[in-house]
Amino acid sequence: MLTNARLHALAGMMNAVSIPPFEHFYEQHRVEVLRVLRRRLGTERADDAFQETFLRALRAYRRLEHGEHLRAWVLTIAQNVALDALRRAKPTAELVESGAEDARPAYEELAALTDGLPPKERAAVVLRYGYDLSYEQIAAALGSSQDAARQATSTGVRRLRRSVSP
Amino acid sequence: MNVSPDLDRRFREAAFALDLVDLGFDVVDSPIGPLFLAASARGLAAISYDVEPDEQLERLVRIAGPAVLRSPSSVDAARRELDEYFEGRRRTFDLSLDLRALPPFTVSVLRELARVPYGETTTYGALAARVGRPRAARAVGTVMNRNRIPIVLPCHRVVGAGGDLVGYAGGLERKIALLELEGAL
Repeated sequence: MLTNARLHALAGMMNAVSIPPFEHFYEQHRVEVLRVLRRRLGTERADDAFQETFLRALRAYRRLEHGEHLRAWVLTIAQNVALDALRRAKPTAELVESGAEDARPAYEELAALTDGLPPKERAAVVLRYGYDLSYEQIAAALGSSQDAARQATSTGVRRLRRSVSP
Repeated sequence: MNVSPDLDRRFREAAFALDLVDLGFDVVDSPIGPLFLAASARGLAAISYDVEPDEQLERLVRIAGPAVLRSPSSVDAARRELDEYFEGRRRTFDLSLDLRALPPFTVSVLRELARVPYGETTTYGALAARVGRPRAARAVGTVMNRNRIPIVLPCHRVVGAGGDLVGYAGGLERKIALLELEGAL
């Protein structure tokens, strides 16, 4: 039976995973995103990358299935935008090295976060939340069914959640 | 470190220009106080006297999905027509309206409400009769009270059977101001 306390808990859970209005998401993360981009690209080039990051996020926002890990998600988009900008600016050979050496806390944090996952789950999580691929695309990339891709993603996320919370 | 107003504005304009905003909003000035306006590609979706947008935004997400962003350009048409209205240069609104997520009874009442002319008043009972529910005056009152697009959908033109103003979600003084502007008082 649904007691009041349970209803309350359920409402709390639903709020936690519901997707906030983009305005709130943007206000909450814009300063950190700009800081990350300035560190990677310098003040001048960070502005364009900032706009590109939030436009990419907005483009994908409607297709999000829940509101968890939004900070990690937008920082990953910012890292990808920064990499694209560096790639455009430098010859490829240099890029690989500098990209690895320049890795900054947000990226390290993400890399470290998924590092402990089994390979398939790690790939599924990164493709889903790092590259915003659909389960159809992830299934194609992993050579598995859509159900299996979805399963690997959610198992990976659950495992991550367990590993980050005591 | 802060995001400069210029960078912020550029992002919001780009998001609107690229058609990525499902519902854009802004707060604009008016002679009866600041107004919260929200519009989608379908049309004007909300006007509110409550300009603290947090609760508004949660509500708007349920109408249009989560791609809700403050974007002055998205409410340009509404802002322009409201300015003209408050300057006494406009008597009817040409804005298209987004009435998604409203129950059918509410929509039929609001459609009748939209036909009440500038400068005139009607009663809750008369409006109920016009939607074919002559005994539903109280329900019509509730629809007026929750009207998502006041001013443009002129619930200020609806008064009690005895001619008294009764009430207004935005406060009685605003109802009086609107009726005075229209020359109905």
